[in-house]
Amino acid sequence: MRDTIRFLRAGKIVELSDVGPTETLLDYLRLREGSCGTKEGCNEGDCGACTVAVGAPHRGTIRYRPVNACIQLLGMLDGKEIVTVEDLADGDILHPVQAAMVDHHGSQCGFCTPGIVMSLFTLYHAGKAADRFAINDCLAGNLCRCTGYRPIVDAAKSVCTGEVGDRFAREADATVGILQFLSDRQDIFIGNDKSFFAAPRTIDSLADLYLRHPDATLVAGATDVGLWVTKQLRKLPKVIHLGRILGMSQIEDIGDAILIGASATFEDAMPHFSAIDPDFGEMMRRVGSKQVRAAGTVGGNVANGSPIGDTPPVLIALGSTVELRKGNESRALPLESFFIDYGKQDRERGEFVAGLMVPKLAANQHLRVYKISKRFDQDISALLGAFRFTVEEGVITEARIAFGGMAGTPRRAYSTEERLIGTEPSKTASWGTAREGLSIDFKPLSDMRASDHYRLETAWALLAKALVELAGAPSEITRVIGRREADAAFQTEALHV
Amino acid sequence: MSETDMRKTDVSDVDLADPVLSEGAEPSAADFETEPATASAEDVAELPGSASPEPAYATVRQPIRHDSAIKHVTGAAIYIDDIREPAGTLHLAPGWCPTYAKAKLGSVDLSEVKAAPGVVAVLTKDDVPGINDVSSAMGDDPMLADGEILFWGQVVFCVVATSRDAARRAARLARFEATPETPLITVEDALTADSHVLPEYRFGRGDVDKTLLNTQRRLSGSIAIGGQEHFYLEGQIAMAVPGEDGDMLVYSSTQHPSEVQHTVAKVLGLMEASVVVETRRMGGGFGGKESQANQWAALAALAAHVTGKPCKMRLDRDDDMIMTGKRHDEVATFDVGYDADGRILAVDLAFDSRCGYSADLSLGVNDRTMFHADNAYFYPVVDIVSRRLKTNTYSNTAFRGFGGPQGVIAAERIIDTIAITLGRDPLEVRKRNFYGPGRDVTPYGQTVEDNVLQDLVGKLETSCDYARRRQAVRTFNTRSRILKKGLALTPIKFGISFTLIHLNQAGALVHLYTDGSIHLNHGGTEMGQGLFLKVAQVVAEEFGVSVDQVKITATNTAKVPNTAPTAASSGSDLNGMAALIACREIKGRLVPFLAGEYGVQEDQIAFRDGKVIIGNEAVPLKEVAKKAYLNRIQLSSAGYYKTPKIHWNRDKAEGRPFYYYAYGAACSEVTIDTMTGEMRVDRVDILHDCGKSLNPAIDIGQIEGGFVQGMGWLTTEELVHDAQGRLRTHAPSTYKIPTCSDVPEDFRVELYESPEGNREESIFRSKAVGEPPLMLPASVFSAIVDALASIRPGMVPPLDAPATPEAIMKAVHAMRRGGA
Repeated sequence: MRDTIRFLRAGKIVELSDVGPTETLLDYLRLREGSCGTKEGCNEGDCGACTVAVGAPHRGTIRYRPVNACIQLLGMLDGKEIVTVEDLADGDILHPVQAAMVDHHGSQCGFCTPGIVMSLFTLYHAGKAADRFAINDCLAGNLCRCTGYRPIVDAAKSVCTGEVGDRFAREADATVGILQFLSDRQDIFIGNDKSFFAAPRTIDSLADLYLRHPDATLVAGATDVGLWVTKQLRKLPKVIHLGRILGMSQIEDIGDAILIGASATFEDAMPHFSAIDPDFGEMMRRVGSKQVRAAGTVGGNVANGSPIGDTPPVLIALGSTVELRKGNESRALPLESFFIDYGKQDRERGEFVAGLMVPKLAANQHLRVYKISKRFDQDISALLGAFRFTVEEGVITEARIAFGGMAGTPRRAYSTEERLIGTEPSKTASWGTAREGLSIDFKPLSDMRASDHYRLETAWALLAKALVELAGAPSEITRVIGRREADAAFQTEALHV
Repeated sequence: MSETDMRKTDVSDVDLADPVLSEGAEPSAADFETEPATASAEDVAELPGSASPEPAYATVRQPIRHDSAIKHVTGAAIYIDDIREPAGTLHLAPGWCPTYAKAKLGSVDLSEVKAAPGVVAVLTKDDVPGINDVSSAMGDDPMLADGEILFWGQVVFCVVATSRDAARRAARLARFEATPETPLITVEDALTADSHVLPEYRFGRGDVDKTLLNTQRRLSGSIAIGGQEHFYLEGQIAMAVPGEDGDMLVYSSTQHPSEVQHTVAKVLGLMEASVVVETRRMGGGFGGKESQANQWAALAALAAHVTGKPCKMRLDRDDDMIMTGKRHDEVATFDVGYDADGRILAVDLAFDSRCGYSADLSLGVNDRTMFHADNAYFYPVVDIVSRRLKTNTYSNTAFRGFGGPQGVIAAERIIDTIAITLGRDPLEVRKRNFYGPGRDVTPYGQTVEDNVLQDLVGKLETSCDYARRRQAVRTFNTRSRILKKGLALTPIKFGISFTLIHLNQAGALVHLYTDGSIHLNHGGTEMGQGLFLKVAQVVAEEFGVSVDQVKITATNTAKVPNTAPTAASSGSDLNGMAALIACREIKGRLVPFLAGEYGVQEDQIAFRDGKVIIGNEAVPLKEVAKKAYLNRIQLSSAGYYKTPKIHWNRDKAEGRPFYYYAYGAACSEVTIDTMTGEMRVDRVDILHDCGKSLNPAIDIGQIEGGFVQGMGWLTTEELVHDAQGRLRTHAPSTYKIPTCSDVPEDFRVELYESPEGNREESIFRSKAVGEPPLMLPASVFSAIVDALASIRPGMVPPLDAPATPEAIMKAVHAMRRGGA
């Protein structure tokens, strides 16, 4: 048992024993360390002004990922390298990314700039030439209100060429060595029985700790819990972080299905989901931003039971099961059964989500996923529709359809599914009463994202679009965003990074 | 041929690549025998631009990078929250009633707030020693609520605590006794209740009713135009440091330090001379920190006054979005008569504007809507009325364009309506209605003398390949069932000057030190727009030094007093000119002195390449400064400038409110999905007139940034209130400004080659550029309308702004039904 956290910061190991359960990385940087280069813009992980790079060993070298410091709990950084905007320049010599931003007039008011520099720093370290698509993706979580982004894109294109030659690359071996040294096998527990930050190292010690403290808050990526802290000012005296648990972030391909550990990040899961279907990959790419996907987890997206979580409808349409564990006991259930009602899941006290099993598509199965939001990137869905059709000889023999944003939970469209059996996608006359099915399945609400009317209308439009595409229409003529053909190439490439 | 073409002179730019002018080249005496000096003695008495032919410039017109660029990218730029806090600094958080938009306040129980950990003081209106008002002028913006809640988010009390976290937590512990009343939320609510924050205002000419009655072709319509949150990345913030004699030093993220100074003095009951306000830079302003920085600075100062400690107030993003005003949302209604060619004969136009609970800057904002209800088009007979509605919502305020954009959108809707009804290409109808010879007087009586639109739009039409793409869009739409494309090319004409005439003045302060370095200060503020750099370029040009030798310093009310807000795109025009006048004052002392010392004519003295050229000698500026100092020549000067020619009689609605107009045009192509309402911008071409740009890199940045911001306003940025008047979109998670992928990959921005630059004697013949580009994305909106119109040719799509997927789908359904 260790009662400190340790991380690497500007070449030095920092060890802290006074870490509050909900102290944020941003507050640590600005208030404790006095490093004010990292800015607070929104305090909820949506603007990216507080982006810092977090380094961790990966395949023998160091991999940098961008995270929003405002909603990272400090304790979660144990064993990591934290790189902030102040660290990049080598004396008076600007980092290549910084120099490119200056040369291309990439800053105006400058307040978003440190975050943008750090996001581009991670893109620079991705080690391949960045095209516009990759740059858009890298910057989706960095809002700039001044420039209109064009000069930043130009800066990124000029510097993120695949050649990595900065100080961080040169010192990668040493950094990996230090981080491996920091990566011990001990559980972390800072505090006492009333208030603590804990980061167990094994799933057994998690199960044990959570059984003793079922009132504790489980935190994987903190992309949601972080907001409970910064916005709702909730007191969370007991926090258990899942990010250090060995094996829990593992993703395993077992042939006809993929096993996803509960603390596997969106970013890690994305290429695997993309390999199931490019629509799934593109939907994953539109979950939050790079920063959110680097921290947030598929398990967390399921466990928090949000009606607008993006992965659950797709996972349900694919027929996924969720594995729950309590103490030494495990059980598995179909994901749709896990979501009972708004804010209520089939999870007992002391029980936690351990992982998910996601079936792949059979040869005669087709998936379509559509996300509707006001803004394409980094927006929460107004609604999200996921459709899996089993087709035999041009006729739908089975349909699994699930929507997000249409009810208090992610929910299956049972009546609609039933009405689709026997449908020939290419013959609109055979679509029958599927539309009425949707009205039976859903009574959506109006909110700031969309009206009830629009949601129901669009749910039907998405189903119709899926059928049209199933009949053979290429997405080029059916969509303004999310080209299945192009996305497939982009996403599969990600598998090899 | 346009007027502009006919005015062309043979003035051409001197080659800036001339090695003599490039940095590091040693000038020899020979150079100066054949070359005119950058600033001759004759120039000193004149403003730039009036001399002809134009001299070569070493610093102005160069694409020099932002002065803070390196500090931005290294994190070394200091914003107010980054200033090292003095020991014992306390932190503030606003307390408010999250239940009601309108209520009579009973007792407010603050006992738990006061008892919370870390709390040092809790401020209410009773703690205010002066006047509890933070308005610019009208006296209707209580800093702390006084017996009533007028909108959801009104600050009732303020917590002062040892940490920001403690203050925020304590602020939520109040218990309110309040009697709710029915709030007025929407434009319709306010119209029904006849609730106005200011009297309605009207101007025009001719008998509109009669003309419309006698017009064969007549159409009416309306469009609802949404508001917009500024979303400056740095939220509202101020830090107040108390001094002796009750003096107060306030660091404020404000576009208007003088007004913050006056407000703090008013609230604390101090002389204005006892308050100093300093602003080094803002992390964005966009109008949101013109008047609405006052409250937070005044609260910090009040807390510092009460506790005797330095006090900092930084709003959390949600509080910022809930409590501060935004762009006015309006409903524009029109009735237009036109001829068979689409030429407008008469327009009757009304704007109903949601101002919120107080007047704030709504008078000027809504006047500017009226001033831009013509955009670039001549209305022979016209009546424009504006109703300024009072609602129980945050008090709407300045936002880049200052009401102008709403007027422009209304004008473009009128044009689209005519074109679609007539079955003509909207661009053809636009051009037909441009101001031109004999059709050059605006509805407010100003003659348009500097119109470049025929030429500018013609050039853009060619460079963007409009005709071919128009055909391609038509072809696409006949073949494509689900996706529809739209194309639109829209112009912008934007009046430059504060319409409140007295604001068109500026001061600057320039010191030349004995080492040749120059200290520059002026009344303008830096919010990212590059103002500090542009003014420094002017000063560097005048003294013939590089910009690095000009020390840019924070705006400070003790150095340059009684300043205007940095707003109305006027920053460089006003402060650049004031700084130039200060420089010339100093040079006006140096030149006669040097002429005497060296025995040369005054016209043989010039400042360039870091030297002073005196006859055949090149003396380093520092030697000149030293020598002047030893001879008791004053090396410091204030400069003062006021815009000439402008006057405006609001009661009679006549005069010349604008010194000149800025022009531009954009062509946008979009694709919409008629099943879901999703929209993608495929390509944008912009041609914009900056006169003779002071800094092309900075100006292109303003154009691109303004375009994308305006595009957000018209597409993804939607403010949603519930029936109780609570803003539901008060964070970036729910309020969506454009992100990188919303900007088309094919985005072509060019500066209009302006042969003579600004026709008026502006600073180095440049034109203001802050606001005008914000209206260029009217082309995106009209392109969406164009795409929708293809569904049922001849019918005008009833699309409101912003064009969210839902708004587009609503219009698609209406088009399919054949009626709204």
